[in-house]
Amino acid sequence: MAAAPESAGSGKGGSFLGWIDARFPLSKLWREQVSEYYAPKNFNFWYLFGVLSLVVFANQIITGIFLTMSYKPSAAEAFSSVEYIMRDLDWGSLIRYMHSTCASAFFIVIYLHMFRALLYGSHRKPRELLWIFGCVIYLMLMAEAFMGYVLPWGNMSFWGAQVIVSLFGSLPVIGGTLVEWIRGDYVIADPTLNRFFALHVAALPLALVFLVIAHLMALHEVGSNNPDGIEIKKHKDANGHPLDGIPFHPYYTVKDLVGVAGFLLIFCGVIFFAPTFGGLFLEAPNFEPANPLQTPPEISPVWYFTPFYAMLRAIPSFAGTQVWGVLVMGGAIVVLFFVPWLDRSPVRSIRYRGPIYKIALAIFAVSFIILGLCGMKPPAGIYPLLARICTGLYFAFFLLMPLYTKIDSVKPVPDRVTWHA
Amino acid sequence: MLKRIRVILANRPGWRLGLLLLVMLPLGMVHAEEGEFALKHAGTDINNTESLQRGARNFMNYCSGCHSLKYLRYNRMAADLKIPSTELAANLMFTSDHAVDEIVSAMPADSEKWFGKRPPDLSLVARAKGVDYIYSFLEGFYVDSTRLWGVNNMYLANAAMPFVLQPLQGLQKPVFKSEADANGSARMVLSGVELMTPGSMKPEEYDQFVRDIANFLDYAAEPVKAKRQSLGIFVTLFLLVFFVFAFLLKKEYWKDVH
Repeated sequence: MAAAPESAGSGKGGSFLGWIDARFPLSKLWREQVSEYYAPKNFNFWYLFGVLSLVVFANQIITGIFLTMSYKPSAAEAFSSVEYIMRDLDWGSLIRYMHSTCASAFFIVIYLHMFRALLYGSHRKPRELLWIFGCVIYLMLMAEAFMGYVLPWGNMSFWGAQVIVSLFGSLPVIGGTLVEWIRGDYVIADPTLNRFFALHVAALPLALVFLVIAHLMALHEVGSNNPDGIEIKKHKDANGHPLDGIPFHPYYTVKDLVGVAGFLLIFCGVIFFAPTFGGLFLEAPNFEPANPLQTPPEISPVWYFTPFYAMLRAIPSFAGTQVWGVLVMGGAIVVLFFVPWLDRSPVRSIRYRGPIYKIALAIFAVSFIILGLCGMKPPAGIYPLLARICTGLYFAFFLLMPLYTKIDSVKPVPDRVTWHA
Repeated sequence: MLKRIRVILANRPGWRLGLLLLVMLPLGMVHAEEGEFALKHAGTDINNTESLQRGARNFMNYCSGCHSLKYLRYNRMAADLKIPSTELAANLMFTSDHAVDEIVSAMPADSEKWFGKRPPDLSLVARAKGVDYIYSFLEGFYVDSTRLWGVNNMYLANAAMPFVLQPLQGLQKPVFKSEADANGSARMVLSGVELMTPGSMKPEEYDQFVRDIANFLDYAAEPVKAKRQSLGIFVTLFLLVFFVFAFLLKKEYWKDVH
């Protein structure tokens, strides 16, 4: 444990840190962002997922660098190079499983992190931009995950890419040209793999790093929300520190350490005992090399995209074009950006909201999960109908939000945070 | 205890919602899978080295003539399966003199002309299709005079593979049942198979022979599997200890938060 440096800022005394601080605001940064960043003391379980997304992001970057050292981004060699990593490279299989499992873990953590914001109103003024940065991160993450999934060049990689990229083809006028431009060829082929590799290992991670920094800067500018949804900055002590706030370090670093340990227990459990997770994290057809002549029995994206895939399939073609499904799927992401302005409740936290929002949020969450399950199933039997209903409920949650959050009853909000030592 | 949980839940709508989701999740998961024939359970054990050794022997003698394991090296297999190098060279290496080489087959490039398709590499078949599929497939051949090699397969209709294990299992004949089709008229469909002419092995011996192959292919698909699982136990134990210490550390620090 490193306490806040005492000599910070002076630059005198001949210490090494003093020498640095006279030239670079190291101690200042540490103080402002960590040791004197006051976070509400009443964070609960849901507040773990922010720090966990940093953990999984770091893991993806580090394992990704090592995978890049042995992976070959060419249609002829990609599949074999992954098997080389799995078999001949020392600890290669561990690194690969850490990366592949973490892709799924990333989405679990992010979905729960976003759900936390909906629970406690973390997107509300003055945190709208924080929320928007988060939405952009989510969008970038989807692109990152999709392109990463293509790299092993298994049969599901190939056909998944085929389906997803061809979605752009349904756009009027520019569709055909756009698809060709994305693929760099008339079909999904070597140039596609090559450019997806470039985007996956360089462009998108770089964008993500900057976005995560922006997300954290916005957070530390406005301060963290909390399960009561009230501002802790309203009540400050003589030193100007919030009465209900505690320094992030050491209090939340040690608390998050417990959470990270718990997360790693589950994460490593999957890596060591169920890395394919029953075909959900690594799909069985992807253990066959890409074969343009043989479609897998059922093309479905990885589980974290299935809710949106279900929406895509739920919308029938109309006026001779399939573009409506694509628009609905895109709309499902776009609508997220507007949540801070759609929510008209006078309170932030679900603790002080009335029954309507609670029920709406529960229905929304269940619809999203059911959509995910529908997306994994062939579009037959009850699933198309179920997907249509749940797509309606998904959009109703957002589009009707201005109405139901306004008429919903509220409970009195406390002046200070609820906290049981 | 229960009372405490109730108190906790009463104060935390977020937790209550989470709990609700957990309860409702399985409701959405009701589904019915319909395969043509349910796969037989292989009952393999990746930690049974003797079974893996027998599987390697069976594979090299009956399968490797046509099917390669191009992502597995002879010496890796020998090391993992505790096969002495003399034994390896004398009885298991048919396509190479170098133990470091991958296990390729003797199939010429034009083998597609012989079978209608090139015999597939089996390095990853256990991961792509599952051990139960391999086990069932090798138990599922039956007489069908309309096919090129005189046999068909319950689990892969119109399989291109000749039944090379016939001297061991013998021949099975198809059993049909009458079933109404979409128009209501009856037609005969395959309902199962039964042994017609016995081979050199008793059915239990053959089951074990095939189970060993399936087990070996499970190993070949992920040679690190057994090691990964045993290592996972130590990692879990370490993390449990780490979790306890992290928790105690947190408790100590949070004593001053009032």
